[in-house]
Amino acid sequence: MSTAMSVSQDRQASFGGVHARSSDVRMNEPRIAIKRLDFYYGSNQALKNIQLDFPDRQVTGMIGPSGCGKSTLLRVLNRMYDLYPGQRATGDVMMDGMNIIDPAVDLNALRARIGMVFQKPTPFPMTIYDNIAFGVKLHERLSKAEMDERVEWSLTRGALWEEVKDRLNTSAMGLSGGQQQRLCIARTIAVRPEVILFDEPTSALDPISTLKIEELIDELKHDFTIAIVTHNMQQAARCADQVAFFYLGEMVEVAPDAEMFTAPKQRRTQEYITGRFG
Amino acid sequence: MSATTNGSLAGPARNEQVSRALGRRRRRTSHIIAALCLAATVIGLLFLASILVTLVWRGAAGLSVAVFTQATKPPGSNGGLLNAIVGTLIQTGIGTLIGTPIGLMVGTYLAEYGRGSALANTVRFVSDVLLSAPSILIGLFIYQLCVEPFGGFSGLAGCLALAVIVIPIVVRTTEDMLQLIPPSLREAAMALGAPKWKTIVLVCYRAAMNGIVTGVLLAIARIAGETAPLLFTSLGNLNWSVSLAQPMSSLPVTIYQYAGSAFEDWVQLAWVGALLITVGVLATNVLARFALRGGR
Repeated sequence: MSTAMSVSQDRQASFGGVHARSSDVRMNEPRIAIKRLDFYYGSNQALKNIQLDFPDRQVTGMIGPSGCGKSTLLRVLNRMYDLYPGQRATGDVMMDGMNIIDPAVDLNALRARIGMVFQKPTPFPMTIYDNIAFGVKLHERLSKAEMDERVEWSLTRGALWEEVKDRLNTSAMGLSGGQQQRLCIARTIAVRPEVILFDEPTSALDPISTLKIEELIDELKHDFTIAIVTHNMQQAARCADQVAFFYLGEMVEVAPDAEMFTAPKQRRTQEYITGRFG
Repeated sequence: MSATTNGSLAGPARNEQVSRALGRRRRRTSHIIAALCLAATVIGLLFLASILVTLVWRGAAGLSVAVFTQATKPPGSNGGLLNAIVGTLIQTGIGTLIGTPIGLMVGTYLAEYGRGSALANTVRFVSDVLLSAPSILIGLFIYQLCVEPFGGFSGLAGCLALAVIVIPIVVRTTEDMLQLIPPSLREAAMALGAPKWKTIVLVCYRAAMNGIVTGVLLAIARIAGETAPLLFTSLGNLNWSVSLAQPMSSLPVTIYQYAGSAFEDWVQLAWVGALLITVGVLATNVLARFALRGGR
């Protein structure tokens, strides 16, 4: 109950805030540029001719009803779909002159550059320290002191350091849901990626934890390019610099977020954001 | 919601008496089911308790230092069980050491690599058949493979027979436990750039640790008490011997030989042996529980 209340109260405030800010929003150079992207689950086409740029060090929000393909798009960016046979993508997903969906791409190196935070917190069954060190050790050889420093740095950036600094060697499974999710974010940051993908990162969290994560995302965009999938339009309005609306596997519209929520160009976008369907 | 329940529904209006009668019937049924479950539990526990009490009663009477310090001796000369105890420890230990890694790797293949493939389905089927195969067949199999060609019974053959029993148990539990791990955990590790084998070894095994260890313990408990597969392989040895190339004594085989004998001190030693196996298996389980809880 309280969730719904606080969110609806937030709506006005954040829309106002965003609007004031939006006049000076300027889109940076794209970090990732998608052109003519099609995606198939077996014979079922889930993404149709997607064209979308992710501006450098800005937040791109992706909204749309369930099954519209927004999470699928996220899983194309770090090639997560590769884990499952029968899923394939065609088109251009360019990052620094490299086509991400090229089969020759080194997936482990790619995923070090493009990190991902999932819907449900996924702490590994090990200590808080080891959770952070796990990803770092995959790509770098650090001394104990350097690793200590990295762990502190990433937990600080993940807004978790103050809460866990005295129990780094206890199991991460003992943290609360919100803390676990911030641990997962810190774990992703620790690898020092260029892009971070968030797949509905707050849908399993309470409003307070959600707020913390959103503040964190706002903070992180100074250093990272961020793509966030969300079911929550207020969240998109609060966090994103540009918002893309997906429907039935197509990208219907993309615009700076204030424009998207105040003056959508497409009828389908307007119907969705006003709650007519979805 | 509440509006629809009173509205224009078909059927008679709600009647207090009917409602109370239904409530009574529900409670009565609940009591009967609870009583049946309780009775079943009591029956099960009674048998278990009676076995344990008899075992402790008869076994404890024969416990002495000599049981642990002397090897088996001819009837009437009050020997011990040292060779049988050591033989069981060696064969169970080596059998577990051989069977566990194989079972672990097969289980990992089934759960992580071969999902849905024809080979995996075949292997899983064969492993399940092996799981319920009569253990005497496994003894005969090893007899053909390792006893006949080398011209004699040996402790090593006993170890191998026990290992064959361990494998399908560990395969099944490993596969089951790995499959219980949510795919999101694997994806999270892969999303950090971990190759598949590191994801399995560093994340999945750790998450499935408790279950896999339980499976290995089950296997140990099972083989520590196996008699049939040892009859054709390590045979049993009335003298002290720790050579894997020679026939080797073991508690179950000794119990089998002694319990049916006509000599009172042998029968007594059989009871002691049975008590030792039971306590040993129980202690292993309790210790492992403890260790696992400490590690969490």
